[in-house]
Parts: sequence; C-alpha cells; structure tokens
Amino acid sequence: MTVATPPAPPGTDRRRPPPRPRRRGDLGAAVLFLVPATIGFVVFYLVPAVRGAWFSLTDYAVLAPGSFVGLENYRRLAADPQFWNAMGVTAYYVVINIVVQTLLAIALAVLLQRMTRSILVRGIALLPYFVANVVVALVWYFMLDYQIGVVNVLLGYVGVDAQAFFGDPALAIPTIALINVWRHLGYTALLLFAGLQTISPQVYEAAAIDGASAWRQFRSITLPLLRPVLALVLVVTVTGSFQVFDTVAVTTGGGPVDATRVVYLYIYDLAFAQLDFGYASAISVVLFVVLLVVAIVQLRLLRANESDNA
Amino acid sequence: MSTTTPRTLAEPAPPEAPEHRPPRRRPPVRWQRVLGWAALVVILLITLFPFYWMLRTAFSDNRALAAQADNLLPADFTLDAFRRVFGLTTLEESLAQGGAGGRIDFWLYLRNSVVVATSITVGQVFFSAMAAFAFARLHWRGRDTVFAVFLSALMVPGIFTAIPNFVLMKELGLLNTFPALVLPTFFMTPFAVFFVRQFLLGVPRELEEAAMLDGAGHARVFLRIMLPMASAPITTLAVLTYIAAWNEYFWPLLVGQSEDVRVLTVALGIFRSQTPQGSPDWSGLMAATLVAALPIVLLFVALGKRIVSSIGFTGIK
Repeated sequence: MTVATPPAPPGTDRRRPPPRPRRRGDLGAAVLFLVPATIGFVVFYLVPAVRGAWFSLTDYAVLAPGSFVGLENYRRLAADPQFWNAMGVTAYYVVINIVVQTLLAIALAVLLQRMTRSILVRGIALLPYFVANVVVALVWYFMLDYQIGVVNVLLGYVGVDAQAFFGDPALAIPTIALINVWRHLGYTALLLFAGLQTISPQVYEAAAIDGASAWRQFRSITLPLLRPVLALVLVVTVTGSFQVFDTVAVTTGGGPVDATRVVYLYIYDLAFAQLDFGYASAISVVLFVVLLVVAIVQLRLLRANESDNA
Repeated sequence: MSTTTPRTLAEPAPPEAPEHRPPRRRPPVRWQRVLGWAALVVILLITLFPFYWMLRTAFSDNRALAAQADNLLPADFTLDAFRRVFGLTTLEESLAQGGAGGRIDFWLYLRNSVVVATSITVGQVFFSAMAAFAFARLHWRGRDTVFAVFLSALMVPGIFTAIPNFVLMKELGLLNTFPALVLPTFFMTPFAVFFVRQFLLGVPRELEEAAMLDGAGHARVFLRIMLPMASAPITTLAVLTYIAAWNEYFWPLLVGQSEDVRVLTVALGIFRSQTPQGSPDWSGLMAATLVAALPIVLLFVALGKRIVSSIGFTGIK
C-alpha cells in the first residue's frame, strides 16, 4: 500500500466546504458520479469478500460445486502442521523484516533531516521501492548466488566461507527479509522523515542551548514526538510484511523443506495447485483476522501515546 | 486515517530570530557530520549497487561470468543477452551462448505490460476522481458512511478477495484475457479515491459557485474546474498507479499466464523457473529484469521530484 500526500491546493486550508446555501441535496449527481467506482467496489471487493467468507465454509474446488461443511475447514487448519509452519515462518519473517527495517529507517530519516535537503538523495533512497518485487528478488538472487554471486565473492575476500543464502534453511528467511528491507528502507525512511519535518526546530534549539547532546535530543525529543507517525508507519509496514509472496515465489518457492513457505504462498499453493479453494479461503479469513487484530493492537498503542504530541 | 490539511514536505525552514544568537554558529563537532555523511554515502551505495550490477551483468557474456565474478565491468561485453531475451536468436545460438533455450519474447511481454498498466491507470484515476468529487464536493445523506465503507477495503488482504475474483473471472470465461488483468483495479481503489478526495476537499468554494451561477452543471464543474485544478495530484496519482500496476505480480500470475497476455513480472518468474539449475542464464535474466525495471526507473527520474515530495502521511489522529 502506498501512502502519499497530495499537495495542498492553492488558496485555502479549509478542511471541507461550508454547507451550501441551497436546501436541495446533490444525491442525484452523486449517484451518477459514483456509478463506476461503486461497480468496482461491489463487484471486486464487497461481493468477493462475502463470497470468500462463504467459500471458507464449503469444500469448493472449482471443478466440482462445493457443499456446505460448516466449520470443518477451520477445524482442519487448527490441526494442520503445515498451516502452523506457515504462520510461524511468516511471523519470523515479519519480525526480522520490521525490526531491521524500522531501526534503519529511523536512522536514515534522522540522517536525512540533519544532513541534507537534497531531493536527489531522497530520490535515490526511494528508487528501490518503485522497482517490482520480482525484479528486486531476481537481482539479489543473482548477487547472493552460492557459486558466482558477488556477495559471496566479497565474503571470500574477508575470509568468510561462501553462504548458501537461499539453500540453507537457517538463512533463507533472514535473507528474504533483508532483501525486502533493502526495497522498503527508503520509502519507510521518507514517511518518518515527513513526520520529523513537523517537529518544530525551536524545540531542538532550546535543547541545544540547555546543552543536550545529539543523542539526548534524539531520545528525549525526536523519538517521543515521532511516535504517533511511527505507529502509523508500523501499521502499514507490518500489514504489508505479513503479505510477503513475490520475493519468496521467485527465489525459493517455499523451500528448502518448507523453511520459507510463508502463509501467502501456502494459500496460493492450496488454491491454485491443489484447487482446494474452500480450505485456502479459510486460511485467508484467518490471515485477514490476524491482520485486523495486529492493526487494532498497534492503533491502541498509538492512542495511548497520543498525549506525547498534544 | 483522517482529513487534516495535506501538507507538502520540503518546506523552507522558518526564518530564524536574528538577535539572540551569534551569526553562523558553526556545528560544534565536525566529525559528527563526517560520520553522518559517511553513513549516508554507504546507504546510497548499497541502494545503487544492485542496479549497477544488473546493468553490468546484462551486458556480460554468460559463459564468462563465472570466471569474472568479481569483475566490476561487464564480463566480455556483448549484447547477446538482449538478443536472447527479445527472441532474436535461434535455439542453437541461444544454447551456445549459455542461454536456457526456452521460448521468450520480451517485446511481447513489454507490450502487454504497457497495455495493462495504461488501461488500469486511465480507468482507475478517472473513475476514482469522479468518486472523490462526489465524496468531497457534493452534499448528500450518508456520504461519509459510504466513504468509510469504501475505505474499509484498504484493510482486506489481497489474497482474500483474489480467490473469489479468480473464480469470477473463470465463470465469465475471461481467464488469460486483458480484461481479467485489468478489471479488478479499473474502476477504483480505495487509496486512489482517498488521495483525490483529500485534495478536492480544500479547493475554494468560490470557483465552483461562480461557475454554478453561470449555469454550469456538476459534470461541467468536475471536468472544467476540479480536474484542471487537481492536475498536479492527479498526475502524481497516475504515476503511482502506473508503477503499482506495472509491478503487480500476484494477480497477473493467477489470471494471465498465457503468452499473449503475459506481463513482464510473470514472464520473469517463468524465465527464472525455466533456467536450468546447474548453469543459469544469469546475463539473460539480468537483461530481462533490466527491461522490466527500466521504464519505471525512467519514469521515476522524470517525475521523481513530485513523487518524492508526495510521500508522507496525511495528518494523524
């Protein structure tokens, strides 16, 4: 998901237009203007969501019409070691990806703010985010190749043995997590950078006059004031991170021995390789619920800290 | 997400109070800046290096790569990789060059990506702008509720709706056609509606009223006033939409495997899986990724400034 701000319109900063003097509403015009978007919303979001929930209660398999099986799919997944493996692998990925990415992004955002106003520097940092996951995955797949990957060549120079980054079950998930850190770092940093811009320079000046060190200013000013933005950034990045698929699909394809079979990939295999649509839908319902709960918990934490920025 | 006034980044620093401080206070510790720049340069190098490596390998001879794995320049410079990727070599030539030998034609996939991304962008941006107009400038009961319902789709993970949408495309007999690739994001995305609405909320009332007094209807206000005024954010949105559509892998993988509608991302995945385990066609693969990445990189270079300034949250609380 992209988060971006349209530039402020010229002339005014009014939040919404005042009520119009006329009595008559614009319902008729509104309906006309909303026809295409509503078609798109109903046909490709609303109905599929309801249908997906329904599939999860059936043994639908595309070729044969499914029949209602109640909560059977959910019972099955609770006892499915593959499902729990997929959830575990995904959680492991999310933790590495989010922790490393967030720490680096905070550091980069602060660096950008202190060092330079250059659009070029920010543009370079942002560049990887706009290249397809598949492209990023393949370039790193080559660079990390066991035989001729340039990273292993460099490791050889400093006396480290070549690593099978994608072939070693212990390394595969961290490797994929770090590749996606590379892709998202600049974007995440720029979101935080935008948050930093809202902190008044006077606060820093006052702290500097009081003799606060740079580290002290970061701990006592930057972090607390950035926390609401940070929480929103985390909601967006965590939600996206749980849905990792492209990178895994074109590099390891789930291997070695299911070490990278993330939940998205598991659902994909169930649905489109085994045509088990009912069961696949049940797992995607669970994923949806997990994402909602994680987002709500994160937003709660944000709300609790809102007074920081009051 | 809420509706605080959007703000641009890169605002100039507020003018400083001149009196109380010595002019041009030097940064107290210079080595901190040196360290900071060093860190920044390292990050930028790590960011740019993979792009360079893709370029360098694409112009390399595949058979020479192994012996020159640490050569910073192309290994035995050649355009053969591009010839293979664009299907300009015979099978024998391709195999002799260390290629995979599978049938590939990246011109075709490039064309398909252009068709799909362009169609999605045109439809999605225009229809989302129409919806945004209804949500931002028209007054009707239930408006904010309907908008909230639209926005709620942001939370739904793609795969949850992808399965039923796939079934729908199958039922309609649209699998492996352009409509299947385009339709789900052709009419709206919650983000696009949100993005345009955010801008339209702040357009001054007076313009609209003047036009209305002159007898213009809503359609005319939308086309003649709102769209031109919103041309900057709409361009930004169009670029973001185009890039997202171009980079999409999951949905095209589900409904667009056949060659005449295969887009670049899907073609890359297939190319990668065709490549033999022992001696992959690395230079061909990197040439193919370059073909997929280059248009977006160029677009980014051309319009990057606008995109960079648009990244940021739209107000919090």
